[in-house]
Amino acid sequence: MDFQLDSEQEALRDAVRGLLAKAYDTSETRRAVTKQEPGWGDKTWQQLAEMGVLGLPFAEEDGGMGAGPAEVAIVAEEIGRVIAPEPFVEAVVLAGGLVAAAGTPEQRGEILGALAEGTLVPAFAHTEPASRYELAATGVTASGSGDAWTLNGVKEPVLGGARADLLIVSAVIDGGTGLFLVKPDADGLTRTGYPTFDGGRAAHVGFANTPATPLGEPGADQSDVIAATVARAQIAYGHESLGAMETALRTTTEYLKTRKQFGVPLMTFQALTFRAADMYVSLELARSTVTWATLVLLDGGDATEAASRAKLQVSKAGRHIGQEAIQLHGGIGMTAEYSVGHYTSRLTAIDHALGDGRHHLNRLVSTLGDHTVVDPLP
Amino acid sequence: MKLQLSDEDAAFREEMHTFFTTQIPQDVRDTVAARRELSKEQIVASVQAMNAAGIAVPNWPVEWGGKDWTPLQRHIWHEEMQLANVPPPLPFNASMVGPVIAAFGSQELKERFLPKTANLDIWWSQGFSEPDAGSDLASLRTTAVRDGDDYLVNGQKTWTTLGQYGDWIFTLVRTDPSVKKQAGISFLLIDMSSPGVTVRPIELIDGGHEVNEVWFENVRVPAENLVGEENKGWDYAKFLLGNERVGVAPVGSTKRTLSQAKEFARTAGPGGTSLLEDPLVAAQIADLENEILALELTALRVVANSADGKPHPASSVLKLRGTELQQAVTELFVDLAGPLALASGAGDGSDVPDLARVATPNYLNFRKASIYGGSNEVQRQIIAGTILGLRG
Ligand SMILES: Cc1cc2nc3c(=O)[nH]c(=O)nc-3n(C[C@H](O)[C@H](O)[C@H](O)COP(=O)(O)OP(=O)(O)OC[C@H]3O[C@@H](n4cnc5c(N)ncnc54)[C@H](O)[C@@H]3O)c2cc1C
Repeated sequence: MDFQLDSEQEALRDAVRGLLAKAYDTSETRRAVTKQEPGWGDKTWQQLAEMGVLGLPFAEEDGGMGAGPAEVAIVAEEIGRVIAPEPFVEAVVLAGGLVAAAGTPEQRGEILGALAEGTLVPAFAHTEPASRYELAATGVTASGSGDAWTLNGVKEPVLGGARADLLIVSAVIDGGTGLFLVKPDADGLTRTGYPTFDGGRAAHVGFANTPATPLGEPGADQSDVIAATVARAQIAYGHESLGAMETALRTTTEYLKTRKQFGVPLMTFQALTFRAADMYVSLELARSTVTWATLVLLDGGDATEAASRAKLQVSKAGRHIGQEAIQLHGGIGMTAEYSVGHYTSRLTAIDHALGDGRHHLNRLVSTLGDHTVVDPLP
Repeated sequence: MKLQLSDEDAAFREEMHTFFTTQIPQDVRDTVAARRELSKEQIVASVQAMNAAGIAVPNWPVEWGGKDWTPLQRHIWHEEMQLANVPPPLPFNASMVGPVIAAFGSQELKERFLPKTANLDIWWSQGFSEPDAGSDLASLRTTAVRDGDDYLVNGQKTWTTLGQYGDWIFTLVRTDPSVKKQAGISFLLIDMSSPGVTVRPIELIDGGHEVNEVWFENVRVPAENLVGEENKGWDYAKFLLGNERVGVAPVGSTKRTLSQAKEFARTAGPGGTSLLEDPLVAAQIADLENEILALELTALRVVANSADGKPHPASSVLKLRGTELQQAVTELFVDLAGPLALASGAGDGSDVPDLARVATPNYLNFRKASIYGGSNEVQRQIIAGTILGLRG
């Protein structure tokens, strides 16, 4: 058992932290970046690529760094710490992860190599207006054979869907859900982008007899790949949330020390300091569960249940910490100029991406009869 | 003890229901139902429809347009309004400055301001809070110095809700810096078009612009705009804040929003199925319904027992729990929208239902409810100190 980082991992953390601290020195800088298209910093993305971060989890023969879930966790947490708008989890862990798991060797080399270099940013077009958090596609259908397929239907909201250089689309095929690659200039593809409340971007993506190439084996059901990759992304989102929650808590404790009312700092009021203490309790419990989920991934086991447990814990902690961070700041916490509101927005967005707390609680409810006690150790 | 409304009150309720559902412009009610922001014109139109019927300011003295209603009738008026998607009359006018002028203002101020205030011909803003005077309101620093027939006002107010629409602002200003901080404050009415008044917008986390900073630089305010006596402003402010708390538990609108959420849930499941079949969703909604019932019953107990017209000490319970439940329902809406909650900025051509798009901005916006109007921490302090006698 070891929850500690080794020296190489610490070096990675420090390097990413240093880079992002410079890129997002204040929440004003982040706001300036999220106000302009594409909603994140091309330069920062390029620097992350140069650092090897964008190819981190991919095999070396695919152009990646051959690192594992622990390194992904480190980066995600640093992203969360400054709520950097760069789509690390969305493009690398999720979209890239699908290519890594399902793609042919050529697809992997081509797509992951370019992703690692920062020249191609893919997006996973999965959520449909009526699909909720289901992992199976229902509204977008695929027909064809061999390498020639066409797609029809609507995906929305697709995170990063308007800017993406490549869409990885889930679609109904005979016997399950397939994955397809769609180029931005494909016939019959429409993309309408818009901002999301957390400073991100999403899009309405329409397919009308749109040509698409199967990702991996043509006609294969990719449900298992989707489930496993989504679990990885859920856990990475957990780490991103940990980073965000930690900053929100730190910002709040700083504020309690400096803000004066009634002639004394707010920290003089025990009612408030105890609430900060409760936020800390939430954070530490979430940290344990999320870190454990990453260890399950490292162990190579089925991480879907661990991912649900992590997501549930993070959902609760994120709401608790986000809401309290605003409340303990009073009015200033409500303003767009101050940071804690943005942290709360981002935590809310992550909560509702890839399944919120209630969704994951439901999944856990369905496996309740399978065990007598929950044992975290293999 | 008796549960039913008297025949008279039941008839009154029917009358209110009919009025609100037929006499308020439909577009106003549609905007509230869509959980979108009302325009200034819509708010004015709604108030003027009520005022024409003589029911915009029932809490005022009768001679200034008030009604001799019982607290229960006033409650029914308020509830039916919210259940019908009608926005309550602008609180700054109807529950704050109006009652203060009516109770403490000179005859001249009453005649000059009350009719226009009731009819929203004057849009009032509340200029109390300052950057360093929030919960600790009495430490405010904006000064008013007597200069001939005028006061010369200097300082900064903040969090001024809808100040961008404001014609006049009622302020607390320091008129005597040499005494204990509560003792040197006055209640002054300032024309916002006076030279030296600057209003600057503050953007909130939902992207909206509803609050402002208001700056005063050597603003000349005629001394007759002082309400009541100089240096007695703190008493008037306490009177005002007591009124503010009474109407603040939005039971009717929370009830209505929850029923709207329930309706939304009916088709929000995968493939258009009903989320009400999800036991966790169903349990949460049932629990919220019960909490709101408890709140409503508490509100009824308060109005049924406050015949003397004074705020009941339990009004803090209403503010505290009322805002918590209001927030819980906005949070529920985000959960019901699920992944579609992310589509907050979607425009025409989106396949995401409107109620899902507004869910998160609403949720973020309503974090304010537990902060303003006496934060929930302040309410707990009132309960602990005033009701339970726990003063440290
Ligand atoms: C959207 C919005 C609209 C508003 N509209 C208006 C308006 O129109 N006009 C106007 O004058 N004001 C308005 N306000 C201001 C509002 O009344 C203040 O924000 C509120 O009084 C809190 O003050 P503060 O923001 O300075 O927070 P602070 O007083 O700094 O409080 C920070 C936190 O500490 C807590 N706290 C403070 N003191 C204590 C204590 N002694 N014990 C325990 N906890 C404590 C608070 O509850 C809060 O959680 C508005 C505020 C908001 C957010």
